[in-house]
Amino acid sequence: MKSFGYTAVRDPGEAVRLGGRPGTAFIAGGTDLLNLMKDGVTRPDRLVDVNGLELAWVTETASGLRIGGLARMRAVAGHGSVRRGWPVLAEALLASASPQVRNMASIGGNLLQRTRCGYFRDSGSPCNKRVPGSGCPAIDGWSRGHAVLGGSDACIATHPSDLAVAMVALDAVVLVRGSGGERRIPIGEFYLRPGTTPHVENVLRQGELITAVEVPRTGMARRSRYLKLRDRATFEFAVVSVAAAVELNERRVRDVRLAFGGIGTTPWRSPEAEEVLRGKDLTADTIARAGRALVRDAKPRHDNEFKVDLVQRALAELLEGLR
Amino acid sequence: MAESTGAARPTRRTVLKTAAVTAGGAALAPRTAVAAGAGEVAAGPGETAVVTLSVNGKRRAVEVEPRVTLLDALRERLGLTGTKKGCDRGECGACTVLVDGERVKSCLTLAVMRQGSEITTIEGLAQGERLHPVQEAFIRHDAFQCGGCTSGQIMSAVACIDEGHAGSDQEIREWMSGNLCRCACYQNIVAAVADAAKGARS
Repeated sequence: MKSFGYTAVRDPGEAVRLGGRPGTAFIAGGTDLLNLMKDGVTRPDRLVDVNGLELAWVTETASGLRIGGLARMRAVAGHGSVRRGWPVLAEALLASASPQVRNMASIGGNLLQRTRCGYFRDSGSPCNKRVPGSGCPAIDGWSRGHAVLGGSDACIATHPSDLAVAMVALDAVVLVRGSGGERRIPIGEFYLRPGTTPHVENVLRQGELITAVEVPRTGMARRSRYLKLRDRATFEFAVVSVAAAVELNERRVRDVRLAFGGIGTTPWRSPEAEEVLRGKDLTADTIARAGRALVRDAKPRHDNEFKVDLVQRALAELLEGLR
Repeated sequence: MAESTGAARPTRRTVLKTAAVTAGGAALAPRTAVAAGAGEVAAGPGETAVVTLSVNGKRRAVEVEPRVTLLDALRERLGLTGTKKGCDRGECGACTVLVDGERVKSCLTLAVMRQGSEITTIEGLAQGERLHPVQEAFIRHDAFQCGGCTSGQIMSAVACIDEGHAGSDQEIREWMSGNLCRCACYQNIVAAVADAAKGARS
């Protein structure tokens, strides 16, 4: 690891002031950042340790759930309010990483983790996300783990966070604080598709810190589930995953949110699939039609065509269980 | 218990005033680490900071650059080589230790981030000559071959049992999944954890 400076802070104002300097990164759990630094993928000059900030809480309010940016994955997954009112969050978190990492990793950091694309993580390979303009070996190379939706000629890397997929299905809002003050960013607008600038993954500016995530209380949230398919039984990133939140009137879908991991360059919401189901009975036929709407614009590469079929089956499996 | 959480915060903070690295890369010049109640732990690139830890019940101070992981501080600075470095990427679990009672991967945290923390390593489990019940269970069930992952397995198992996640073989497999065994002694590891958990409940 390259040598770097380190400052631990206790005051949010100081955190964003120090974090605003170019070459500075925040560190919370460190479970992704330190690997990236060891591999020379990320090379900050300075780390600002934000663990001293009072942001490690989970509270339930009349309007929903508020999760501090420094709450640990384990604490959120085990929180009674989360398990009762927003089960998809607990399921997505418990399907993530390992018990040790869930003790360490923060919610804010989880949302900002970097792609698992092997070319991105190998500092000896070209990668437009790591070195803009250097090329993308995945597009004509080993693409099994890559996206079939939302890609560009510059990048087809997937976003690896299970939590982010669940948050997208719950219409969460990300609260950030920077030198310019605080702002609220709907999670649907937080992540950016790669386009011609795959190194810009989200709308955060230098020095902006995720202070909290708000999750609204909805009829759908209580009936929400997460299904994650992996290459081994556990402790692995998703090949494909599905987060579904649905409000039913008998069998009729009053409202629904569907989000997917492993298939998109961002945590992938599918308004097209939702639209197929809204107002209809949840049947094998409507579910299948929703799945086809999801993948209508899919652009598979050499090694990931199987995902187009697999994600539709995963969606069917999950929704059948919610009927 | 799980209603809120946070990393252990420093109980004593130090600010490094100076850093002098000799041109030839020889021994670092002694420097003064000044206790500053309201200050923050800070070190510039190439500078060191003094980190005070409680390791297996003993207060230990290490002077480290910010880039030194807790794992390397334990092994290379404090001579506690029972904690193993496997992948050094958080994937194998060989470096698992307890920090303030919770299991963590010590390769994925910096020593400077753990100022004031209580660390338990494999060396801290036995009471004198009496092994910890989880250590005894691993021996009883022959739960290792090469031993490379064993300290991490045992530290993780201690926490797994303490967390209440050892109620069935299936639950043990899920909650011990952060610890890989290249010799594939999983059957015996699961049996050892189940046995130790039974002992802890009775």
